[in-house]
Amino acid sequence: MANEPMARLELKSITKRFPGVLANDQVSFSVQPGEIHALLGENGAGKSTLVKMIYGIMQPDGGEIRWNGERIVVANPKAARKLGIGMVFQHFSLFEAMTVLENIALGMDAKIPARELEARIKEVMTQYGLKLEPHRIVSTLSVGERQRIEIVRALLLNPKLLIMDEPTSVLTPQEVEQLFVVLRQLASEGCSILYISHKLHEIKALCHTATILRGGKLVDTCNPSVETSRSMAEKMIGGNLKTIEKAEGRKVGREKLIVNRLNMPARSHFGVSLKDITFTVREGEIFGIAGVAGNGQNALLLALSGETLTDDPGAITVDGAQLGRLTAKQRRLAGVSSVPEERNGHAAVPEFTLADNSVLTARDRLGMVKAGLIDHKAARTYAGEVISTFAVKALGPGSTAGSLSGGNLQKYIMGREIMQNPAVLVVSQPTWGVDAGAAAAIHQALVDLAASGSAIVVISQDLDELLSLCDTLAVINEGRLSPAMKVADADIEEIGLLMGGVHGDPAATANLHPEVAHAH
Amino acid sequence: MRIKLEKRPEPSTLMAFATPIASVLLTMAIGVVVFDALGIKGEKAVIDIFLTPLLSSYKWQDVAVKAAPLIIIALGLSIGNRAQVWNIGAEGQYIIGALAAAGVGIAAGGAGGGIIITLMILAGIAGGTAWAVLPAFLKTRLNVNEILSTLMLTYVALQVLGYLVGGPWKDPNGRNFPATAPLHADQTLPILFPGTTVHLGVAIALVLPFVFWLIMSRSVFGFQIRVVGSAPDAARHGGFDAKQTIWLSLLIGGAMAGLAGALEFAGALKAINLGFPSGYGFTAIIVSFLGRLNPIGCLIAGVVLAVTYVGGQVAQTTVHIPNSTAGIFQAMMLFFILASDILIRYRVRFVGSPKASALPAAGE
Ligand SMILES: Nc1ncnc2c1ncn2[C@@H]1O[C@H](COP(=O)(O)OP(=O)(O)OP(=O)(O)O)[C@@H](O)[C@H]1O
Ligand SMILES: [Mg+2]
Repeated sequence: MANEPMARLELKSITKRFPGVLANDQVSFSVQPGEIHALLGENGAGKSTLVKMIYGIMQPDGGEIRWNGERIVVANPKAARKLGIGMVFQHFSLFEAMTVLENIALGMDAKIPARELEARIKEVMTQYGLKLEPHRIVSTLSVGERQRIEIVRALLLNPKLLIMDEPTSVLTPQEVEQLFVVLRQLASEGCSILYISHKLHEIKALCHTATILRGGKLVDTCNPSVETSRSMAEKMIGGNLKTIEKAEGRKVGREKLIVNRLNMPARSHFGVSLKDITFTVREGEIFGIAGVAGNGQNALLLALSGETLTDDPGAITVDGAQLGRLTAKQRRLAGVSSVPEERNGHAAVPEFTLADNSVLTARDRLGMVKAGLIDHKAARTYAGEVISTFAVKALGPGSTAGSLSGGNLQKYIMGREIMQNPAVLVVSQPTWGVDAGAAAAIHQALVDLAASGSAIVVISQDLDELLSLCDTLAVINEGRLSPAMKVADADIEEIGLLMGGVHGDPAATANLHPEVAHAH
Repeated sequence: MRIKLEKRPEPSTLMAFATPIASVLLTMAIGVVVFDALGIKGEKAVIDIFLTPLLSSYKWQDVAVKAAPLIIIALGLSIGNRAQVWNIGAEGQYIIGALAAAGVGIAAGGAGGGIIITLMILAGIAGGTAWAVLPAFLKTRLNVNEILSTLMLTYVALQVLGYLVGGPWKDPNGRNFPATAPLHADQTLPILFPGTTVHLGVAIALVLPFVFWLIMSRSVFGFQIRVVGSAPDAARHGGFDAKQTIWLSLLIGGAMAGLAGALEFAGALKAINLGFPSGYGFTAIIVSFLGRLNPIGCLIAGVVLAVTYVGGQVAQTTVHIPNSTAGIFQAMMLFFILASDILIRYRVRFVGSPKASALPAAGE
């Protein structure tokens, strides 16, 4: 042991148990200084749980953590930061109405005078080439820029280990590239990075080592640069990966969902308004909507699901029936289902059981209500069917939604809507945080649903996903939708240009069109 | 050594039961200390307020009669509190409910019997509901804060009360006090046990918690209230109308307070004077939270609070403390229950000094 170089972080037999699940089972591995170390595994494999223990959010039930060779107890995140451990979460904790600087100051453990802090922020930003204007209001920033705030926050502490839990699921390809540049530079300076992602091509491009977890156990360690995405995915699931089967020569049928000049004012000061959105989806067609986050995708989903109503009844029609002024409940009965991108608190209630969460959106279509009373048995049965059909890792219909891992909850929500056989399904980010195996299963379920005659709208930031899944594609930018194009003859360059617009490049937004940046 | 709050992975069920009990016990303990410090026999005072009413059987009927309105109002308020619609004006709705019942009684002249009594009760419900219409309208249309509007309407209700009992409804045979004439004997609620004051309203207060429990756990409406309370966005996604929720929870709160007012009038007090409003509408807010917004919890908490009312009167004669002492205890309970709410979502951990926690734990 004395001969080996001392590991920055070493985990020995870390075990963590939740009621009914062993989330981490005797996990041991180490991370060297300057190493970018990937943590891979299916949904629910225990990745988030493991890093939460390193960052002091949770305490292990067994095993030990060594930091530069010394055994430590990380009592809380503050203690972790003090040691030099930083963490960037997928969900940011930022105040929309405050400036970048104010947000960073609020997150600091020690009080630093604003002027000094600003100087240090500028220093960190120039050192790592991070573009960020300290006095911009957070609400005017793109997701990538917001993430940069969190990164700067972590870098100000001169971390020796930076933990990132699914940092890129919300980023555009360009933003991902910029992030990787920063991470590589950090690593070259000796900072270790623990990196969780389901995007295996990113792992290949970035990471030196990958540790693979399955069912809470460490099953393999590999070198991502010599593996393929497929081989890593198969190591994760311990079996073969299925490919999507699209029936050849599939025909699309009649026009089903017609959106005609849909306008919607911004819901809040920080929202995006929809302007003359027009598109048609036919029976059996999967229609993709690409675009950089924050360009009206949420507003469009809410307008289609009926959570916001238009004044023009004819702006949305399904099979000729005008839905524009129908409520969410009425639209569901008319066959329109939806899955919003935020699963906690929007698509599902975290503290409710999975059975109760099925009542939330399936009660009317599946007859779970009789004479104003809920048929809890029917709800439990349906939740159980969703769990088994979509291979959701949960103890059962009685588990709370909040106790599921991110990807498993996503699988449950997708299953809950798909198994209702909607005539029209509108989904936002269907595979966010979902592992490769499950993503393939969700894609297959969407293809099958389309084959049965439903019209499907997929809103996603993941262009690869849209290109492999959809028949038709349009791009949303600043609340406007581009004309639709057939995926078969789509031009990637053109899509990129449409997506980028002014909005895609934050620097351009800041310098060239300040009025655009503040307009939404 | 430092105290630190750590978020629990899941809300603790144990704490949900333990904190109301702990709040009551803590209130009693602090009562002993404070009264001793004031030179009053603290132990005796606390025993009289919290235990004597339970230990002496002749006080039970007082407790039951006082608990009835508290339970009924708290059931209605719990629905609103769960949906995060804060009705602070149950007192006013209670007053108007009682006045409406009195109005029917007066209009009926000398007539009485089951039908008239039923009409009086229905009028009470209608009156309380009507008093909640304006806050609901203002909230849904103009986004006026319901805490303010319901509270302010309580003062309007007091003015209406003063006007009616001092003017048109003043007892012509009374001694010119502002009070209505006593209710005809056959317009009063039936007594359940002869020789006691336990009236029909007590039975209603015993049954309603189970009805509300069924509604909250089995019905779509109960589901709607629970979703709106925990995740408003999910409620919208699930097709539940936010405005409808506000309307329903305010109206149900008003209806229950009005019902309580009518029952109190026709069952216990039998006349309305300026002293009719005794703060049940406010105390019921404490009952609602002490009962964890759970209907069966409200039943138990209603009895606890009724005990402190009755016990306050006992202590008044035995250790000579003002009757309002009971109010102090009630307020303390609310304070503790709200403060200890945090224990359901967080756990308290005692940790070493921050420096030590980041140091090697060698030799452990
Ligand atoms: N607070 C909790 N209470 C109960 N079980 C939990 C809790 N948090 C996580 N789990 C369970 O622990 C297991 C591991 O969850 P974890 O969140 O670590 O998975 P993950 O690898 O991050 O998955 P994903 O890729 O979907 O984010 C899952 O079975 C999950 O249901
Ligand atoms: Mg996770």
